[in-house]
Amino acid sequence: MKRWLIAALVLLLGKLRPPRALPPGRPVREPDRRAENLTFLLLLCAMAAAAAFIAFYFANPDTQFLGATLGLAFVLLAAACLVAGKRVVPQIEGVKERPELEHPFEQDEVVAVIAEGGEGVSRKRFFLLAGGGAAGLMGAALLTPALSCGPEANRVLSRSPWNRGRLLVTELDEPIVAAGIVVGELVTAFPSGADKEDIASPVIVVRVRPDELDLPDDRRGWAPEGLIGYSKICTHAGCAVSEYRYPSYGPTAPGPAVVCPCHYSTFSVTEGGKRIFGPAGRALPQLPLAINGDGQLVADGDFSGRPGPGWWGVRK
Amino acid sequence: MSGNPQRGRDLYLTGCQSCHGFDARGIQGTAPTLHGVGAASADFYLTTGRMPLDDPHSQPDRTEPAYDRQSIDDLVAYIGSLGGPEIPQVDVVGGRLNLGEGQRLFTNSCAACHQIAGRGGVMSGAFVPTLLEATPRQVVEAARIGPYVMPRFSETQLNDRELAAIARYVQYAKHPQNPGGWALFDVGPVPEGMVAWLIGLLALLLVIRMLGRNEAP
Amino acid sequence: MIRRAVRFLDERLGTAPLLKKTLQYVFPDHWTFMLGEIALYAFVVLVATGIYLALFFEPSLAHVTYQGDYAPLRGHEMTKAFQSTLDLSFETKGGLLLRQTHHWAANVFVAAIVLHLLRILYTGASRKPRDLNVWIGTTLLALAVFEGYAGYSLPDDLLSGMGLAIGYSVLLSLPVVGAWLAVLVWGGQFPGKEVFEPRLFITHVFVIPIVMATLIAIHLAIIVRQKHTQFPGPGRTERNVVGSTLWPSYALRSTSLLLAVAGVLLLLGGLVQINPIWLYGPYHTYSATNGAQPDWYIGWLIGALRLMPPLEIHVFGYTLVPNPFFGGALFPLLVFGLLYSWPAIERRITGDHARHELLDRPRDVPWRTATISAFFSWVAVVFLAGSQDQVALHFHFSYVGLVWFFRVASVVVPLVVFFVTRRVAAELKETELHPLRLDR
Ligand code: FES
Repeated sequence: MKRWLIAALVLLLGKLRPPRALPPGRPVREPDRRAENLTFLLLLCAMAAAAAFIAFYFANPDTQFLGATLGLAFVLLAAACLVAGKRVVPQIEGVKERPELEHPFEQDEVVAVIAEGGEGVSRKRFFLLAGGGAAGLMGAALLTPALSCGPEANRVLSRSPWNRGRLLVTELDEPIVAAGIVVGELVTAFPSGADKEDIASPVIVVRVRPDELDLPDDRRGWAPEGLIGYSKICTHAGCAVSEYRYPSYGPTAPGPAVVCPCHYSTFSVTEGGKRIFGPAGRALPQLPLAINGDGQLVADGDFSGRPGPGWWGVRK
Repeated sequence: MSGNPQRGRDLYLTGCQSCHGFDARGIQGTAPTLHGVGAASADFYLTTGRMPLDDPHSQPDRTEPAYDRQSIDDLVAYIGSLGGPEIPQVDVVGGRLNLGEGQRLFTNSCAACHQIAGRGGVMSGAFVPTLLEATPRQVVEAARIGPYVMPRFSETQLNDRELAAIARYVQYAKHPQNPGGWALFDVGPVPEGMVAWLIGLLALLLVIRMLGRNEAP
Repeated sequence: MIRRAVRFLDERLGTAPLLKKTLQYVFPDHWTFMLGEIALYAFVVLVATGIYLALFFEPSLAHVTYQGDYAPLRGHEMTKAFQSTLDLSFETKGGLLLRQTHHWAANVFVAAIVLHLLRILYTGASRKPRDLNVWIGTTLLALAVFEGYAGYSLPDDLLSGMGLAIGYSVLLSLPVVGAWLAVLVWGGQFPGKEVFEPRLFITHVFVIPIVMATLIAIHLAIIVRQKHTQFPGPGRTERNVVGSTLWPSYALRSTSLLLAVAGVLLLLGGLVQINPIWLYGPYHTYSATNGAQPDWYIGWLIGALRLMPPLEIHVFGYTLVPNPFFGGALFPLLVFGLLYSWPAIERRITGDHARHELLDRPRDVPWRTATISAFFSWVAVVFLAGSQDQVALHFHFSYVGLVWFFRVASVVVPLVVFFVTRRVAAELKETELHPLRLDR
């Protein structure tokens, strides 16, 4: 501790008198004893810290001990090099000429040499054109295999596990009983038997009072008993839309909506997933719901639009 | 711990009736009825200091409770006498609760708003409070009643045991394991960026300042 | 001893003249010239720690059930990528230290590049003949940002998954080719097939580092060929270079910097926690956390995504350009496009085609200093907007209000900065005051 204090003190004092660069030429140098001693001291401390690191590695490999000792060893060594570089060794100032970069004469020569190579060749322009064409088409040919994904892309991206009658299940594959969902609640559901990680899989189901509903006309009957389903994947950039606000007392609080925690796009749940704030460009796709004979939630068809982020050519 | 509903009624008349009405049936456009909200709701709003609320149109935020414990019990007893859910019994110390399950359920049900370590968050139109001060009982009450714009969680979705597991995780997340050192408040990369610039790079700037020259050109 | 070594090499490779030239190589040593050196040495630390991490990390999306040391995740379904990162952090001696050091190094690396770039632009070092190196350096910056994003995405924790979802959406949003490219890269629709993780891994640990190392080598070779710029001063001309010789002082000082960079990063890695993936837990497409943020160098892109109004281009009910394109692709293209073309823009404005070896002080050319400041303040405002949810939360501002505030600020601030900077620079030039000390 004391040693460290002294070292810090010396370092600070040393800093107060910044060494001046010597003029060019080599005057005879007196050794700077203090700086030399300091360098030795710092080297010794660095050794101690490095040894401490090794000891900690075997005795108590706690991240803080390891980091502090090894980091300190490096810092001390750096300080030693700093003092040595600025105070112990001579400061030699050099002056060099810069290389001339430009060679106007050679430039002409290069052009001439290149031109020589084309002497006696007719239809140069044509060759250039044909060569360029060949290179371009070769490039296109080499890139074509990538397209083996291409024509598929639209189909791959448009697949949906949802269809009429598909049972909704929880993360643990249990069916969802419609009557179990109360007003103001949000449930995450998946199509039974499908890959849950698929972008088109997860949906949120909420229950609102039927009189709050304000769905587009062609979606009447999509929300039995006020139970509405939406894709859980944001139409902006694919995050899970999982913030839900439902006012416990409507008149003094913002209305029911789901919010995406990535860029806070906000979709009204009572108005068919209409975007009411944020960067998303499309509404949240709605999943038509129905209740089967056992009182369980099933899908009554596919989404109203493509779930998840959009791409060139996707239907709005 | 049992309150006196009679005294609670008296307190109600001085502190609450201006918004909730003389008979606690609410005032249209200002505050809801308290019939049927139950002791759980009253306990939550009062112990977190969210009620009484100065401006009925603002979001109720957590503050120091306005009443002492006995007065809260009295008020809770009064509101409870109007019907509704009881205060839930929560025991998070019991060894049968699984921290792992709590973490998973919290991620699925709570983290999107409250942040993965319960440090709070935002949404459009409301602030999401931090859970740093939330007691297990308040966590369970909030989940069941859905205060302000928070959604509710019914027993079919999260049963009592699962909810208690979440409450246990919330307690853990207040002081999570931080083997990496100074935890930067467990809120993610924003303070990390500040440290990188203001500690890491700044330290190195001082180093090159010492190493290099600073001649005034 | 030294003589023997020198002779040994010289007899076999004829290196004596080269050695002599190298030892006497002259470094102009103004302290701001070492910013790039910080970045260089951070890169060294990144490679060293990265090799170590690669020995333990398993780039696999195979599913496992975690049974390791970290209790709150025990019993969780997760990928091997995530599990191996947990094990590396909790069960490998020194693993967490090096993981955190690697991450801090990445954060400091990009920060140092940005400051270095600012120094270059403000002092006019971007002029001929160094426009070449501006292009290479700008490419390195872009690669560094992308490399950092790839590394952040590898462990498959909740934050990396959310970041990848956004990256996927941005790629998907590119006009015409977006869908093809995204499906190609991910091997299908997000979150993609098993092949995605190895692809990301090889990109992060091999392809980009090799490209970066090559470009760094060229960057340095060009400096050696052209020699470093210098500030004007007594005895310094456009045709000479004045400074410390490599041997002995500069070699020691540069070594000192290498050690200091490693030391500071190790201290950070050991004492300050970064990216606690165990807290975030594994990623699923259907889960999310509030306040999810990228590392700082992606913040400007998140900011752009957040500020962008809900604009999309639709034709006959079909989407042509989805929204993430504007913030996630167009904005960075614009920023990097401007950086690449800056030397040409400057030449166009000044009509100055001469070779420049002496630097300007920022105040010497007020219009340039003002332009660069305005440009960077524009990016900085958008960058700050990336963390506006944290601002909203901790200062209790309405998020919706903040979005509008930053939208306005991103237009107003650069203008204000331009005029203020131009005025201040002109004033300083006239009075020759020191900007901070207000003397001389
Ligand atoms: S991903 Fe949902 S708002 Fe951007």
